[in-house]
Amino acid sequence: MGGLNYTMEDTAKLSTAELYGKTLVDLADQHPEVVGLTSDLAKSTKIGVLGEKYPERLINVGIAEQNLMGTAAGMALNGMVPFVSTFAVFTTMRALDQVHTDICYQNLNVKMIATHGGLSFGQAGTTHHCTEDISIMRSMANCKVIIPADGMETANAVQAAYETPGPIYIRINRGFDQQVYDTTEYDYEIGKAVELHEGTDLTLIACGSAVWSAREAAKVLMSTDGISVRVLNMHTIKPLDKEAVLKAVHETRRIITVEDHNIIGGLGSAVAEVMAESGKACAFKRLGVPDTFSIIGLHEDLMAHYGYDVNGIIAAVREVMGADFEEDDDWNDEI
Amino acid sequence: MPLDKDDFQMLEQKSRELRKLIIDTVVWAGSGHVGGALSSIDMMTLLYHKVMKIDPERPEWEDRDRFILSKGHIGVGLAPVLADKGYFPKEWLETYNHTHSLLGMHLDKHKVPGLDASTGSLGHGLPLSLGLALSARLKKQDFKTYCLMGDGECDEGSVWEAAMAISHYKATNVVAIVDRNRCMIDGETKDVMTLEPFADKWRAFGFNVIEANGHDMNELYDAIEAAHKETEKPSVIIMNTLKGCGVDFMSGNYKYHYAGFDAERAEHCKKEIDRYHDERMNA
Repeated sequence: MGGLNYTMEDTAKLSTAELYGKTLVDLADQHPEVVGLTSDLAKSTKIGVLGEKYPERLINVGIAEQNLMGTAAGMALNGMVPFVSTFAVFTTMRALDQVHTDICYQNLNVKMIATHGGLSFGQAGTTHHCTEDISIMRSMANCKVIIPADGMETANAVQAAYETPGPIYIRINRGFDQQVYDTTEYDYEIGKAVELHEGTDLTLIACGSAVWSAREAAKVLMSTDGISVRVLNMHTIKPLDKEAVLKAVHETRRIITVEDHNIIGGLGSAVAEVMAESGKACAFKRLGVPDTFSIIGLHEDLMAHYGYDVNGIIAAVREVMGADFEEDDDWNDEI
Repeated sequence: MPLDKDDFQMLEQKSRELRKLIIDTVVWAGSGHVGGALSSIDMMTLLYHKVMKIDPERPEWEDRDRFILSKGHIGVGLAPVLADKGYFPKEWLETYNHTHSLLGMHLDKHKVPGLDASTGSLGHGLPLSLGLALSARLKKQDFKTYCLMGDGECDEGSVWEAAMAISHYKATNVVAIVDRNRCMIDGETKDVMTLEPFADKWRAFGFNVIEANGHDMNELYDAIEAAHKETEKPSVIIMNTLKGCGVDFMSGNYKYHYAGFDAERAEHCKKEIDRYHDERMNA
């Protein structure tokens, strides 16, 4: 991870997207083939800092997301490494045909750093919330899908994305994230979950902004209920760390997934697929947006509203721990 | 400057052969987008045999000119051109559309040597061409990107997104080409979706518009030369063509956007192509 030297002070001062911008400029300093592209969201996505230092290497195509993705693909066809940034909702839906055909099908080296993911642009309303992208992007062949937990992890993910050939989708939030890491010096590897809290009774598997909440919930549950909760930061949704999921199935027999996304098709579904194919029984629950178009509000309020903030996670863990899992033949009381 | 006599005759002969090879390929495939392949073949012949800086021995040569087939459904027209240039064996054409073939209706760059991009979904080629053009500028390469679009394809908003940006970035190393055969799947363009005033639309987007008869090698060559000479604005060549050009029953008929025929009908097509090219040579 050469060139990454951010400190806790940086993360306190910089939003997640600002750390992305800083990392991108570091990469651009080292690699002349790195370019940035955006569609009138240079400021909002923080990719604009690249243009301040290298004006000719930041392409702004105006409000035209289809052209944005196609142009990025064209640049990658000629050996450039484009980092493309617009809001997650536009990356994965407005321009999806181009993402599918120009970038993923051609297996081009384009890095899509999508901002304002999940409900993080809460007050902008449902048109700017993005709770379908994980589902969409993980079904895209050739594409890796990464949801960093905070700014430090975003710096690691962006650096790792440069070092990994092929299309990569990284979803980050708007503004500041609760800080999970105070350094980039931890064992970050695309496709490898990070255990943030040890536990033997139940495993919380979380991604993105849900990771901090899951870890806080685990701390509370240990101190107040004596429940030993393992927390996995599943920063890579694809390729999913199947080994970590199966280890959790074997060792804790209870799993709850937490994500800032529709519960259909995202992290919870990815984990469920691994569990179901393993043939091993496991109590299981998915937390996230319950298959609805979300309401307006502050991000933290919306997470509380849909039951995947710290309190919501604690309640769900207690519920699953109370389920009479495999103790008798009565399936009605099991989750 | 017009084509010299030898070049003109070589290109005429080549486009006659390629028209016939398209007919053969459609027969081998069972069916295909024959109408648009025949309306585009004269320009593709000119580009691959006279204009573009390419080397079939080095399909990935970094400084080669690029050809982006935005109207990706006429793979049945481009594949014969590439095979004939020697990018891959002509025998591959006999497998067209067959299960596990390397050649399908919409060509895949990872399977077809010499193909610069995988295309199919319409309205994608011009943005890809802009990306190639901008990357060439950054890497100080002087290659050109020729982007062939259909006129019906210009219904897509992404075409105009890219046109706006190509003009904004003065990407004169892109040459946009529109096969104006006035037909699309559901009918004639004027009935399905009005494009006129088509040339004025491109002008309004900041383009140098060059109109040409798409079945006249000299006019097409002049158009390319004019596009190369214009260094202030990007150029679009609107070539007036006939769908199914060269075959009596297909010529100008939107119903031959996609068709199949048996060997007997194919023989008729080839005789028609000879008759058509003989007339063209004597005109």
